[in-house]
Amino acid sequence: MATTAESTNSETLELLDISDKPAIDYKKISSDGLWTKNAALAQLLGLCPLLAVSGTVVNALGLGLATMLVLTSSNLIVSLIRHQVNDTIRLPVFVMIIAALTTCVELLMQAFAYELYQILGIFIPLIVTNCIILGRADAFASKNLPLVAALDGFMMGAGFALVLVALGVIREILGLGTLFANMELLLPFAANWEIIIISDYSGFLLAILPPGAFIGLGLLIALKNNIDDNRAQRKAAREDVPVAGSKRVRVTGNIS
Amino acid sequence: MKLAKVTSPHLHDRSDTSHVMKMVIVATLPGLAALSWFFGWGVLINLVWAWIVALGCEAIVVKIRKRPLGYYLNDYSALVTATLLGLALPPLAPWWLTLVGVGFAIIVAKHLYGGLGSNPFNPAAVGYVVLLISFPVQMSSWLPARGVEGAIPPGFIDSLKSIFPLLGNASVDIVTQATPLDQLKQRPGLTITEIWQPGSAFGRFAGVGWEWVNIGFLIGGLFLLFRKIIYWQIPVAMLGSLTVMSIIFWGGSGSEGHGSPLFHLLSGATMLCAFFIATDPVTAATSNRGRLIYGAGIGVLIYVIRVWGSYPDAAAFAVLLLNFCAPLIDYYVQPRTYGHNSGHNSDSDRSGDS
Repeated sequence: MATTAESTNSETLELLDISDKPAIDYKKISSDGLWTKNAALAQLLGLCPLLAVSGTVVNALGLGLATMLVLTSSNLIVSLIRHQVNDTIRLPVFVMIIAALTTCVELLMQAFAYELYQILGIFIPLIVTNCIILGRADAFASKNLPLVAALDGFMMGAGFALVLVALGVIREILGLGTLFANMELLLPFAANWEIIIISDYSGFLLAILPPGAFIGLGLLIALKNNIDDNRAQRKAAREDVPVAGSKRVRVTGNIS
Repeated sequence: MKLAKVTSPHLHDRSDTSHVMKMVIVATLPGLAALSWFFGWGVLINLVWAWIVALGCEAIVVKIRKRPLGYYLNDYSALVTATLLGLALPPLAPWWLTLVGVGFAIIVAKHLYGGLGSNPFNPAAVGYVVLLISFPVQMSSWLPARGVEGAIPPGFIDSLKSIFPLLGNASVDIVTQATPLDQLKQRPGLTITEIWQPGSAFGRFAGVGWEWVNIGFLIGGLFLLFRKIIYWQIPVAMLGSLTVMSIIFWGGSGSEGHGSPLFHLLSGATMLCAFFIATDPVTAATSNRGRLIYGAGIGVLIYVIRVWGSYPDAAAFAVLLLNFCAPLIDYYVQPRTYGHNSGHNSDSDRSGDS
């Protein structure tokens, strides 16, 4: 059949393309997901759950892991069926895949981390509407090989989860004066992980309330931009170093 | 004949930032004196501590931003923010409360937005709201004013110790009491005779002590108007709309009647807000008509939040909400430039407009 022939063709082409420079490709996917195109800090996607449930580390980690799981598996499945789905129906199909996976994660959490499931509440079903997931499915997974797409999903999800946890750490320390409180809700062996940073802390309600999340995210974005700027400056400084040794002066032709 | 060649302008007025800011600080003195008389040494200790924190934060941020330190510290704007916030805090606010509030005002509300002149929100109001939302208990424990039955403001050492508990325990128990505005909200069953009985916290018109504190700020505000530091539009519009609102909705009875116009004009932070906080030239509307709208909006919001909201006083909330609106107000009430028919220099000028 013509279609199968085409798809195998394109697959081999892609394979060839990948095999030319495999190392660079994977590294770039990882660094894009974790840092350069970080979903929360650079693309500013999925802000609603990011801001709503990052009050403590355990909430942040729970939602971060759930999002990561959905993102990785949805990228994998979308990539597997990318040649069977044509352009007109691709978005509904992607959304249904994501919704099915989210339901799986929701049921899993209900089974193994019921209290955390109750705390996170509506934000677990809302993973379906997280624009990172549909965005990666459409922009990356539908155009790439399954394993590459899964890696991209994993790295994007990890970048998102890391920001979520970082925000959770900041807000939990400032707001409650503790760190890793109630971790046993997610990890049964982590019952005594709680560190009391400041004992007899009277609580800083602002950090727990939504404004704290906005301010914290703003500071994290500023930090990322600052680090990027410094890096670019250092790189430019390194490249600008004049080459020692012979400098040839042009003496013929048009000197401008 | 030799004449000195001096170009115009020939009449000078010293109106740089530091001069304006110094005048504002001087103008708070009557109110400060009244506050200290009625609530004791804590007010002054708070104020000095707020100044220290403000200067420290300002110096750190200016250093980080690699700007000239002396230039920024000499414009006194950090001191004004600290003064306004310090005057609004409860007299025995613990040291960390002032630290958090002033630090937030200077670092986040002022410098993260680009420093003086670029901040969309009044730093003192932001600091106050942050504290009120985060620490409602500490922010509502005011002392009973001198003159309320059995109330004597604590002495200097006791005030110092209750603000800085690290120095040791205060030798007397500090009694706190809700402000008259708070009492009016929390005790809905008060009759008019209970409110006006001698020794109650409501005083002659607006609460023992509070009426004199507000009169003090009014005097300071009139001084600022006289020196042309502030424009008359904002305070007049704000106090006017507050008066109109409180006349319309005044029930005339006890605490169900929402309080008389005089009560609203002379209690809480009304006068401090009208003359010192709302008139901040950076965050207010900038045209004359705009200032009238801006001030009136603050007055209406203060009344609405005081009477139907869940907080006893509302000056900081009202100022912040109107700070949001200031660019919009400025957009819609652009003054007419000479030679044009209307403020907007678009094609919509019609001949009948002027």
